[in-house]
Amino acid sequence: MLRNLFGRNKSKDQLKERLKLVLSYDRAKLSPGSMEELKGELLTVIKKYFPSDDGDYDVKVEQQGDRMVLVANLPVNAS
Amino acid sequence: MNAKAIVVTSGKGGVGKTTTTANVGAALARLGEKVCVIDTDVGLRNLDVVMGLEGRVVYDLIDVFEGRCKLRQAIIRDKRVDTLHLLATSQTRDKSALSEERMRETVRALLEDEGFDRVLIDSPAGIESGFQTAASAASGALVVVNPEVSSVRDADRIIGLLEAREIPEVRLIINRLRPEMVKRGDMLEVDDVLEILGVKLIGIVPEDERILISTNIGSPASLEEGGPKVAAGAAFRDIARRIRGEDVAYPSFEQPKGIFAGLRRVFGAG
Repeated sequence: MLRNLFGRNKSKDQLKERLKLVLSYDRAKLSPGSMEELKGELLTVIKKYFPSDDGDYDVKVEQQGDRMVLVANLPVNAS
Repeated sequence: MNAKAIVVTSGKGGVGKTTTTANVGAALARLGEKVCVIDTDVGLRNLDVVMGLEGRVVYDLIDVFEGRCKLRQAIIRDKRVDTLHLLATSQTRDKSALSEERMRETVRALLEDEGFDRVLIDSPAGIESGFQTAASAASGALVVVNPEVSSVRDADRIIGLLEAREIPEVRLIINRLRPEMVKRGDMLEVDDVLEILGVKLIGIVPEDERILISTNIGSPASLEEGGPKVAAGAAFRDIARRIRGEDVAYPSFEQPKGIFAGLRRVFGAG
């Protein structure tokens, strides 16, 4: 933790990442907490159709051009 | 910028809106434009003291809105630059005295009836009615941002609101940049801020203690002539020239022996 703060990582790079994330939620008018809820609900639905799957789900809001886009990466296990 | 009425705004308080309004207004006036700077922060009047004109306020913006005086009676002419004028806000009223319609009418009258070339509107902090009223009369905006987390976040919010108002010319001023911190990687650099906010840049103002000194004595730093050069004052003068459409190069803030290192040496020697 301290290494993160004072080590090789420049503090401005951390700030830039934090700002990009928080602004993507701000612009989508969504709280990070409701994103977690959305993720959970999506997971429930996915599991209903792919019962055996325990894939690594990734759901996030992303800026694409001048639009905010909800990007869900939901791998489904065919086997 | 084509905009004749420009709102100076930031969302967050304390990032330098009033200082920017005073200095850019003074610099534009020095370049020969007939300029009126308007304080719209009702109840928290400050543009008058930053400009050193507090002793001359008789009538204010709200008096004009409510018909207690003629517009011309409320306009204070700066004696240092006779093309510079101030329209102060009320210190005793609250924001409910503001009206978008009267704001638009006042700015129209300044530009069309009183012959002003440019009107700079100093917005209150926040995103509520005060900001909305200040923005309602503007066709351009200067968004002042400091390179730190809360100011950048609030600037993003303000930019969204300005876009919702369909203000055509939104430009960014990065204020209080500390080149030595940028060099160490402990402060966002100009390109980072531009990438995050996605707005066109019109000025970079370095942190400069002489700005505080100039406000102590009520004399905008951009007006200083002859005396020691003030880095921030020069940056505000550059902004004024860019507003007028001149292509003014940005001094480099990242080279160790760049312009500011050089200026510091001059200060040290003087």
